[in-house]
Amino acid sequence: MSDTTFDYYARRKHDHDHDDHAPVAGQDSGPASEYEIMSRAMQELLEAKGVVTADEIRRRMEIFEEDFPYRGSRVIARAWTDSAFKARLLADGKAACAEMGVELEATRLIAVENTPDVHNVIVCTLCSCYPRELLGMPPTWYKSDNYRARVVREPRSVLKEFGTVLPDHVTLRVHDSNADMRYVVVPMRPRETKGWSEDRLAEILTRDTLVGVTVPRVPA
Amino acid sequence: MTSGRRARARRKLPSTYTPAPIHRFKVGDRVMIKRAFPPGHRRTPHYIRGKVGVIERICGAFPNPEELAYGFDGDPAKVLYRVRFQQKHVWPDYRGPALDVIEMEIFEHWLLPATGRALAAKLTQTG
Repeated sequence: MSDTTFDYYARRKHDHDHDDHAPVAGQDSGPASEYEIMSRAMQELLEAKGVVTADEIRRRMEIFEEDFPYRGSRVIARAWTDSAFKARLLADGKAACAEMGVELEATRLIAVENTPDVHNVIVCTLCSCYPRELLGMPPTWYKSDNYRARVVREPRSVLKEFGTVLPDHVTLRVHDSNADMRYVVVPMRPRETKGWSEDRLAEILTRDTLVGVTVPRVPA
Repeated sequence: MTSGRRARARRKLPSTYTPAPIHRFKVGDRVMIKRAFPPGHRRTPHYIRGKVGVIERICGAFPNPEELAYGFDGDPAKVLYRVRFQQKHVWPDYRGPALDVIEMEIFEHWLLPATGRALAAKLTQTG
């Protein structure tokens, strides 16, 4: 989005985005919350002063909903098919994404790899930091107190509730996304996917597999 | 393109990491998270304060969130590390295997060296 005058992240200095909210929360019923009123007032002021146009805000929301949620699967599908790319992704997530045209503006990305011996899962215990530019908006469960409190303390029980049972010989690495980094999991590629195209691989790389609460499965 | 040229082209790409030429700790160092509870905006989770871990990587120097939160510019930047902790150390009642770990980002001013005598002194401190 470097070609537009409107930068959604500009108000947050230094790529700092702990307090993300949707640009404008959709609310159909009940009174508007204080934050929603503040957000609307700010948008109206910015529009009145000619800093942004309503269309720029609308376009930004469109990208959030129609592009961001699919980028993570594309990046990891590439890593599955190109081991040199995977090595670069693990070394520097932001640089590797840029290399394939996925520009992360505010996100400093660390990719963590699942292996036969290690499984990774992501959480933000302090708020709900999430790699939005790769996965879109975080799901409700990711933001819940229940997930945030329990996945650090009893991660194996939480994974089991998602249908993911880890053998005891697998080391579980929980990553608390508590400051400036954002995380994505590189799952293990199922053996049955030999010869699949990147597009087809991307389909089984669902959001939950990239957060690490599930693992990719090939439909029977 | 030769691999050297490709490497040079890559160098211009944006990076996850920022330079931190001056840093107090290196990868593999044992560190203790300060057991302090000052008021204000802190990115150090309560559950990790007072725990001992190992530096997993250096992320670089980043604006101090404790200043940013109140409208200051975050200067001077603080070195940010990723620290790895054994789950059985963090949660004495942890029921998973002993190999399980938890990792998180901790700013340098929250870290104390946890080697030999310094660690023993900290661990035997009362109060």
